[in-house]
Amino acid sequence: MRLRRCGTDAVLVEVDSPDEVEAVRAAVRAAALPEVVELVPAARTVLITTRPGGLPAVRRVLAAVDPTHRPPAPSRTAEVPVVYDGPDLALVAETAGISPAEVVRLHTGATYSVAFCGFAPGFAYLTGLPGPLRQPRLESPRTSVPAGSVGVAGEYTAAYPRSTPGGWRLIGRTDAPLFDPRRDVPALLAPGDRVRFRAVP
Amino acid sequence: MTGRSVTVLRTGPQALVQDLGRPGYAHLGVPPSGALDAPSLRLANRLAGNPEDAACLEVLLGGLALRAGCSCTAAVAGPATPLLVNGVARDSPTHLAPGDELVLGTPVAGLRAYLALSGGVALPAELGSRATDLLSGLGPAPLAAGDVLPLGVPTGVPTGADVLPPVRVPDELVLPVVTGPRDDWFDDAVAQLRAGRWEVSERSNRVGVRLRGTALLRTAARQGCELPSEGLVTGAVQVPAAGRPVVFLADHPTTGGYPVVGVVPPDALPALGQARPGTRVRFRPHG
Repeated sequence: MRLRRCGTDAVLVEVDSPDEVEAVRAAVRAAALPEVVELVPAARTVLITTRPGGLPAVRRVLAAVDPTHRPPAPSRTAEVPVVYDGPDLALVAETAGISPAEVVRLHTGATYSVAFCGFAPGFAYLTGLPGPLRQPRLESPRTSVPAGSVGVAGEYTAAYPRSTPGGWRLIGRTDAPLFDPRRDVPALLAPGDRVRFRAVP
Repeated sequence: MTGRSVTVLRTGPQALVQDLGRPGYAHLGVPPSGALDAPSLRLANRLAGNPEDAACLEVLLGGLALRAGCSCTAAVAGPATPLLVNGVARDSPTHLAPGDELVLGTPVAGLRAYLALSGGVALPAELGSRATDLLSGLGPAPLAAGDVLPLGVPTGVPTGADVLPPVRVPDELVLPVVTGPRDDWFDDAVAQLRAGRWEVSERSNRVGVRLRGTALLRTAARQGCELPSEGLVTGAVQVPAAGRPVVFLADHPTTGGYPVVGVVPPDALPALGQARPGTRVRFRPHG
């Protein structure tokens, strides 16, 4: 675990794996420091932003964190219903050397974790994707991916909360309310949550 | 008419609702947003008798005209900006009677004036803020002619101000920058930042100020390397592959995949929000 300076009121914690990212995020979250303004996990880092003068308290918490210690499983598991009729379902099946039905079986059979959010409000990068579904992005991204699209890219799977450009391979769509800024809990999926996909007609 | 409101008659290049933004949701991919020149927004609110965090209008290069639908106080802060009511110049803060027409002229220097109206703009909040976030589309749409903006109930007394010093906008900005978190991707980052010379590009906006000028060079070992996306703070000086830095402002993405060579501290950012394209920029790095 390495601490990197990030301006006057933030520190970037760098670790070696998504599991360590989650361990650091969960430990800082559990400390519930009033000084912390933002706690932002990403692929291999956790960014912690504080009110002015809040960094010493954060450093004290970090000094006691064991990033190899797996935090207790979260209580929140979200289930996302998906119609598996995406425009790239056949491509994903062909690339994996399996049938489209097998792609659906693999994608619905796994339990995922929200590693981090980014790109757009409520866009959650989910880890736990079965090996055959870990595939490259499209060679040329779509200028517009419809809201609710479910796709895969590299080690991640995700659902698009709203229409944006995007290069993920799309295997289905969901009508789950992924992000609504007027709700008390605006995002359906937040870092640390568990997620399962369920096939619906 | 029962509700308090003003009606937008026309806008200049851009007029937005802004307050102090919605920090605390970056982990969901939500930018902080909020006024680029927050001290000016706070001042405009104090002058109008509002809490400092009330929603105001952030007006880019003037050109805004409003008609008051009720009796209210209007206060302008930021760079020196002409304020006219029914065609007559007024000092700020000023009183508007129902039917009065307020026009904000173009600031003599700088970019953004802040117009506070007593009671504050009372459009619905999203994630605790009424700020328009141009990156993610949260908050009210940019203002357009015909919009009716509801105002809240005034809670305080307008401050009588005799002389209001406008924000000074220099021709050259010298920005302090704290190096890191990825200064080690660059050959002697402190020396490169100190020696470089830049100008604010016209491609700058509320997401970030793009700089034209010296390209920052990576170390040989980092040529062509990719950085996994990581969290970004406001003020981060990100260096894309071509080497020309971008300083992120309030509507910045919450994560990014290019190395951040340093961070401009919060108190130096309002001046960047007022820097017109062509403004010369230097960095004063703290290693």
